[in-house]
Amino acid sequence: MIAIVDYGMGNLHSVEKAFAHLGAPSFITDRADEIERAGHVVLPGVGAFGDACDRLREKGLTEILARRAGDGRPFLGICLGMQLLFAGSEEAPGVPGLGLFPGVFQKFPETVGKVPHMGWNSLTYDPDCPLFADLPGTEMYFVHSFALFERTHAVAETDYGGVFYPAAGRGRLYGVQFHPEKSGRAGLALLRNFARWEGTPC
Amino acid sequence: MLTKRIIPCLDVAEGRVVKGVSFEGLRDAGDPVEVARRYDEKGADELVFLDIKASRENRGTLLSMVERTAREVFIPFTVGGGIRTLEDIRDILRSGADKVGINTAAVQTPDLIDRAARRFGAQCIVISIDVLRRGEGRWEVFTHGGSRPTGRDALDWAREAAQRGAGEILLTSIDADGGRNGYDVEITALVSRAVHVPVVASGGAGTPAHFYDALTRGRADAVLAASLFHFGELDIRTLKQYLAERGIPIRRITHRHTPM
Repeated sequence: MIAIVDYGMGNLHSVEKAFAHLGAPSFITDRADEIERAGHVVLPGVGAFGDACDRLREKGLTEILARRAGDGRPFLGICLGMQLLFAGSEEAPGVPGLGLFPGVFQKFPETVGKVPHMGWNSLTYDPDCPLFADLPGTEMYFVHSFALFERTHAVAETDYGGVFYPAAGRGRLYGVQFHPEKSGRAGLALLRNFARWEGTPC
Repeated sequence: MLTKRIIPCLDVAEGRVVKGVSFEGLRDAGDPVEVARRYDEKGADELVFLDIKASRENRGTLLSMVERTAREVFIPFTVGGGIRTLEDIRDILRSGADKVGINTAAVQTPDLIDRAARRFGAQCIVISIDVLRRGEGRWEVFTHGGSRPTGRDALDWAREAAQRGAGEILLTSIDADGGRNGYDVEITALVSRAVHVPVVASGGAGTPAHFYDALTRGRADAVLAASLFHFGELDIRTLKQYLAERGIPIRRITHRHTPM
């Protein structure tokens, strides 16, 4: 089963509906024991980085998520959920993220054009990354103002007035800045790839 | 590169698509879910549902329509019409819409934009503005489905709405709407330059060239049309090809995926 983490930030139901459409059973939870047991975990989220960290702490989920994300079983952070996997964000200076990856998210400079970066944009991705196997398209739907500009753990890049990294990770742990659950067939294919991964550490 | 979005708009009442949509092979052209799914297949980048009756009594019907659509359609969609309170917004987002469109209530109570953006995030608050040209370089904002003048200057209101937290502006020219003579490119460009959020041009689309104009001279980030798409007069694939050939970045239409 895929556990979708509920910490009061954003529309979890669209992720759940996308998995249901793919025939992959998922459930929404805010319980540490259920997150621990679930074969797959999805950390979604829309909103502010600082608020999200506060909510995770209030719900007592910070430690379990950091541990679970690092234990080799499938874990996917979406949008704000990707940002939470990193050390932090300029949006909330000094507030630590889950720290699975180094790097701090930064706001798009105003010179790129309109912020938030909203709409469909294309990815150039690492063809060996299992997240992107057999995608029927490269455009994904984005809505965000902060982005990853450090290449170290990136598996894809996107151009919005300059390059940023819309997906990062390793093994069975990834974060994506776009919304696969709202990215039509390409996004559903990505979620299907994730759902098909074995739940055992690799 | 960020692509320009093509957005069909569906008028709904009592949970049904009204004013006619005719697609070949569609079992029920009044079923919003069927129509939305079909538009998704055709390559629409986003959808707008406008509840044209928007009565209190029919809220439940609208919400169940939103819920059903969200279960079947995996592109973003906006729901507008009669949204007046934070509770209305909450209900629609909870039912699965990605964004809400607010028009009259935002003009009457501008503070609603601030409160809605704070509570739900600016990205899901679309401020819909209906404007009528009032002489050289002046446009007036109308509310109540374009029937009531407000005395407010369009550019001024668009700026205020964006400052208060609108995540997007849906700009409809009342003069151009239904005429098929092209979008009002002038006001679209003025609004787009004046605000830092995306602007969706609406009203007046009749040919592919009209879309091109709105996206280039009009500086629109997205273009919306209704009847032109609904009656099959212009196919979204054909439109996208036309725009792509002229150098407009658009999302390529992908093939059907294989289910699990």
